[in-house]
Amino acid sequence: MPHPMPSFGSFSLLLALVLGAYTFLSGTFALWAISTGRQLAISAEHLRESSRRAGLMSFVAVSCAAFALIWAAFTNDYSVDYILHHTNRALAPAYKFSALWSGQEGSLLLWAWLLAAYGFVLRLRHKVDITLSAYASTILSAIQVFFLLILVFAAPPFAGVPGGVVPADGFGLNPLLQYPEMVIHPPMLYLGYVGFSVPFAFALGALMMRYPGEKWIHITRRWTMVTWLFLTCGICLGMHWAYAVLGWGGYWGWDPVENASFLPWLTGTAFLHSVMMQEKRGMMKGWNVWLIFTTFLLTILGTDLTRSGLVSSVHAFAQSSIGSWFTTFMVIVFVVCLFTFLYQRDHLKAENRLESLVSRESSFLFNNLILLAACFTVLWGTLFPVLSEFVQGSKVTMGPPFFNRVAVPVGLALVFLTGIGPLLSWRSTSLRAIRRNFILPCIAILATAIVLMACGVRPWKDDDATSSIYALVCFALGAGVITAIFSEFLRGAGVVRTQTGKNLAASIFLLVRRNTRRYGGYFIHFGVIVMFIGLAGSAFNQSKEVEMGFGDSVQLNGYKIVCQSYSQDSNANYDTDFALLDVYHGNKKITQLTPEKRFYTASQQSSTIVAIHSTLAHDLYVVFMGRNPETDRPIIKIILNPLVNWIWIGVGIIIFGTFIALVPPLKPGTRRVEATENSPLEAPNPKLEARPAFAAVDGSSHA
Amino acid sequence: MEAPMPRRLLQIALVCLLAVTMLGAGTPSSSFDKIGHKLVCQCGCGQILLECNHVGCPVSGPMIDELHAQVATGLPETGVLNFFISKYGPIVLAEPIRGGFDNVAWIVPFAALVLATLGVALLIRMWHRRYARMQPAATAPPPDTTTNTMRDRIRRDIDFDS
Repeated sequence: MPHPMPSFGSFSLLLALVLGAYTFLSGTFALWAISTGRQLAISAEHLRESSRRAGLMSFVAVSCAAFALIWAAFTNDYSVDYILHHTNRALAPAYKFSALWSGQEGSLLLWAWLLAAYGFVLRLRHKVDITLSAYASTILSAIQVFFLLILVFAAPPFAGVPGGVVPADGFGLNPLLQYPEMVIHPPMLYLGYVGFSVPFAFALGALMMRYPGEKWIHITRRWTMVTWLFLTCGICLGMHWAYAVLGWGGYWGWDPVENASFLPWLTGTAFLHSVMMQEKRGMMKGWNVWLIFTTFLLTILGTDLTRSGLVSSVHAFAQSSIGSWFTTFMVIVFVVCLFTFLYQRDHLKAENRLESLVSRESSFLFNNLILLAACFTVLWGTLFPVLSEFVQGSKVTMGPPFFNRVAVPVGLALVFLTGIGPLLSWRSTSLRAIRRNFILPCIAILATAIVLMACGVRPWKDDDATSSIYALVCFALGAGVITAIFSEFLRGAGVVRTQTGKNLAASIFLLVRRNTRRYGGYFIHFGVIVMFIGLAGSAFNQSKEVEMGFGDSVQLNGYKIVCQSYSQDSNANYDTDFALLDVYHGNKKITQLTPEKRFYTASQQSSTIVAIHSTLAHDLYVVFMGRNPETDRPIIKIILNPLVNWIWIGVGIIIFGTFIALVPPLKPGTRRVEATENSPLEAPNPKLEARPAFAAVDGSSHA
Repeated sequence: MEAPMPRRLLQIALVCLLAVTMLGAGTPSSSFDKIGHKLVCQCGCGQILLECNHVGCPVSGPMIDELHAQVATGLPETGVLNFFISKYGPIVLAEPIRGGFDNVAWIVPFAALVLATLGVALLIRMWHRRYARMQPAATAPPPDTTTNTMRDRIRRDIDFDS
């Protein structure tokens, strides 16, 4: 008897499409009637509410479809072609769940599901601003309809096996995806990717309705931050997965698909910075709108690149005709954005002008410039093979050497601006303030460069001088930026201490709670610098590749690796070849590593499981490359990767900083001031009164 | 007969130049390593030839053997690279280095950065000048009290020193 679930899934998708189309059409009519004052057969407000409810229901319908596909994976329903090609009976349950996003059709369903989920939250929270939410909901439903059209007509996830003959077992999941991080990396990335639809919908809606004031920027900024956080986590999980699974010793290969996820991250980051100019000075309104539009368009472009076969990548899904769907959609979105912008551009006039060349405003402009230059460089490098084929008739490769040479200087410029920007004041910065704020960071930069050179980092003596120079500059600038951040914390905490008499730790805590956006931002900057320091460590990588028999040993930078044994094992899902390696540092055994190579029987593919001994100074990264067919002995590759752990620590700090920035700050109204010796209530310090932000003090910790 | 001074200096300079050139000349193994990092494995993995980590890869092994053979013939780097381009096409190079249209790949990002920097600098200058011109007319009424009040609140919320 045929399984009912695939039919249920197909029906749910069709229902979701109908509901999505209704949400869009009824929302459009209602908003048109409200904005023009026209009378419809039913009240425009009722129609708007009906559109909202249909949008909520479309989430339920898409959820049912996603559930049906997961159910089919867990029940080994190989009558569904997608399940046949991406699972097998012996697959672990977690990976059966991840089959939802391991192929073209499933990942599109995940996209539609997450978009519906975002829409669901937005429509539930519509009271934040009913009219703006209605605009955003209608725009989101248009995007939703596009994805559902693809799922229903071009890439149906519930299509049956060709010929109708159902095999006894599936072809299995790609071995590279059978790793715990792969269960969370794609959903995180998609949450980030899809999430950018929400700020896009708000921005376009606000522009369409000529939204008065800047409240929409507030709403959009929060959504963008959450989305940015998901995308950051997704990208970094992908880096860690590449590092731990692919076995080439690196974490970022400048693959077109990696680049596609990085592009919206760069423009989203630029938006999160430049939006402050709009909030505080009423400037760059048109620019901000275009940053959001571009970010959304880049997410669609990235999806197009991954699925159209336009650029070759190891990550890419099978080539299919849906690339043309995405290209058409991208063109339509661009035309709508351009038309709306041109039609409403008088609404985006700046309210203030730049007062000084040396100010926070100009640093934001240059920050945006560098981020967009990085975005353009990555996009250019990704698409140049296509351009080259068009012009010269032959494709070229844009490999890591190109990106490292072009993108690294841009990255260092960004590190430099990360240090400078926060030290400049709004409107204008006096020469005295520049001297006061910059002296310590400059000393830190010089001192770090001198100490590093004294410790042996001498680019002029290295074979790869360019990498060493970049690393030296990165470490020195990083030290400067960290000094600047710490001095900002200490300066702020010093004022809080004077005012409240609390100790340093409590003062810093209070300082951060009082101004979460600013100090959360500093944490994020700190995390980025820590990450850059970790990335710069790659300039000093060392590696060896050796064939190892029983008892053979190899030395690498103070480590001695001894082959204890090598053997094979197998289970229902895969056969394993592994080596047991004892690792000594000096004469002391510090650990035993077990690098593996697995061969998956269902998919007839192999993958590596890298063994890593991680310390703060470096990672000892050991790969089982395979066996020499003549001697049958394992070939082991050992790589010493300096400072890699700092990359992951940096990511942790970035996540922590983003959470802080998302926490609402303490409101001045919650103040409960108590008299202390240092700040008696009767005699307020006039110097402190002049600082409005400190006038409100958290009293909750006193309670 | 003793050579005149300028000629002697020229000879010394030539010897020094030759010595530096010879010192800089790579051994076969370093040439192998250098060229091997400028090529991409053609198995579809997209990795640098000498970093392709697939044991039993049907492509990287023979390519590395070819590289060994070409370096052993004493061909200069360009010659070895040309051999690979003629056999596998320009896609074998890890970065576009053939000159001609390939140069566009390198020039455009930097040109775009320079032009954008100039553009931003001009924009800042223009805004600054316009602000300076607007200064005497400071008696004009404030644009929008509600927006300004809200912005002041935001400023208080997110900054200390403005």
